[in-house]
Amino acid sequence: MAISDLRQQFPILNRMVKGKPLVYFDNAATSQKPQVVIDALTHYYTHYNANIHRGIHTLAEEATMAYEATRRAAQEFIGATSEEEIIFTRGTTEGINLVAYTWGRQNIATGDEIIISGMEHHSNIVPWQILCEEKGAVLKVIPVNDNGELVMDAYKALLNIKTKLVSVVHVSNSLGTVNPIKEIIEAAHKAGAKVLVDGAQSAVHLDINVQEMDCDFFAFSGHKVYGPTGVGVLYGKKELLESMPVFQGGGEMIKEVTFEKTTYNDLPYKYEAGTPNIADTIALKAALDFIKETGKPAIRAHEEKLLNYATAQLQAIPGLTIIGNAKEKVSLVSFVIKDIHPQDVGVLLDNQGIAVRTGHHCTQPLMARFGIPGTIRASFALYNQKEEIDTLITGLHKTIKMLS
Amino acid sequence: MNIKLIHEIEKEIIEDFALFDSWEDKYEYIIDMGKKLPVLEDEYKLDENKIKGCQSTVWLVASYNDGRVFFKADSDAVIVKGLISMLIKVLSGHTPAEIIDARLDFIREIGMMTHLAQTRSNGLLSMIKQMKNYAIAFQAISNQKTDYK
Repeated sequence: MAISDLRQQFPILNRMVKGKPLVYFDNAATSQKPQVVIDALTHYYTHYNANIHRGIHTLAEEATMAYEATRRAAQEFIGATSEEEIIFTRGTTEGINLVAYTWGRQNIATGDEIIISGMEHHSNIVPWQILCEEKGAVLKVIPVNDNGELVMDAYKALLNIKTKLVSVVHVSNSLGTVNPIKEIIEAAHKAGAKVLVDGAQSAVHLDINVQEMDCDFFAFSGHKVYGPTGVGVLYGKKELLESMPVFQGGGEMIKEVTFEKTTYNDLPYKYEAGTPNIADTIALKAALDFIKETGKPAIRAHEEKLLNYATAQLQAIPGLTIIGNAKEKVSLVSFVIKDIHPQDVGVLLDNQGIAVRTGHHCTQPLMARFGIPGTIRASFALYNQKEEIDTLITGLHKTIKMLS
Repeated sequence: MNIKLIHEIEKEIIEDFALFDSWEDKYEYIIDMGKKLPVLEDEYKLDENKIKGCQSTVWLVASYNDGRVFFKADSDAVIVKGLISMLIKVLSGHTPAEIIDARLDFIREIGMMTHLAQTRSNGLLSMIKQMKNYAIAFQAISNQKTDYK
């Protein structure tokens, strides 16, 4: 099926906003859901809602099978070696926190160093700050150049025997920069450090193969890959996941409990305490299948056309500056307009039915690096169209006129 | 001194907005009010006067004179500035009790509720809260003074 026909599978795109057809350009925040995902959710609640893994009745069995089928789909989606390496979380943030609280508590000591980059989302800053404060460890930051790329020489200079972990974003949510992740991982491993990759933005656009990448951890969110909110995946290399202490205690994660001692369950259940988010996890498979059937290369080709077109159109607007001009970039464009606050632009575009993101995008240190309060960000998905970019450009001209 | 009551000023604003029949007119008016709001002197643009919103910076200062609270404010975003300007028009120069009791229904009436809902993005709600907090504080101070008499 042609990419342009897929738009019809997203019912929300038919709605009107403030009397105008919705133009949804906030895909880096969350993507819209195809009908198959919405159907998977209602089908689960309508036909086989049950608690998983322990019940022996038919519903429990069906729900368990569907839940575990998503694990296999996720394993395939990121190229993990086994299903045991796929831990279901609430999202990328929880995945990163899980590593900080378990592997971090076990392996980080006073004087150790953790490297992050200057373009991290707050979710990949704060968990490490908390850990560093607790352990007396030091947080080091890879600088970002004017194009919005990591300064790789500076990164390599930061690596040393004290470096225990490098935790970096694969694709920047504020700039769209694709970081040279293999090079980062290789250098970290040479220095004896482990690597966590924040895949929140990359998972939907890039081909992910964690074995080839050789990262130690990889985290992504379901809702940014056309799936439901509230479910995500943390991948970890098996030997690491086995050696790490547990995260949360409760049901599901145990083998045997006495008041004297509890033995823990095997992977991946060891890290999945309590009744999980069954419905959303099951529906995530529908999203992953949808991407697989569409094909990431086709999605990328479409989004790249949109990005190039939008970039050219935006650059023609007087006073507009694009923030983030990395050589390797995907699917989003961030910009500022001279003497105009991004928030004002967001409000006026919304009145024209256009949804963009304005603000610091949860990357305040990065905004500080560029000396701006925030940007206006338009991020594209497979269902967006060239005509919608025209609407954005017309909307921007009108907005600028109203504000100046 | 002949001072209009808060609800009277609100009524005037609602009447002004009733004349607009498009969102463009409405926002152009707000933007215009934002531009006309006197610039806050740099000496007041301190961290302690900042209202922490998610996107734009808002500075708010209050003074208490002769039983009445006076507000001055500024923002780096012009629509927010226009909204503040309206809040100042409605609340400034009134007694703490009047400010505390103000229902500010005009915000809904003129169709600006979305700005109230987006608390994290523009802090209109935090702005109102901060204005009322000043009123509460000034009321407490003046009550103390009365107690000593």
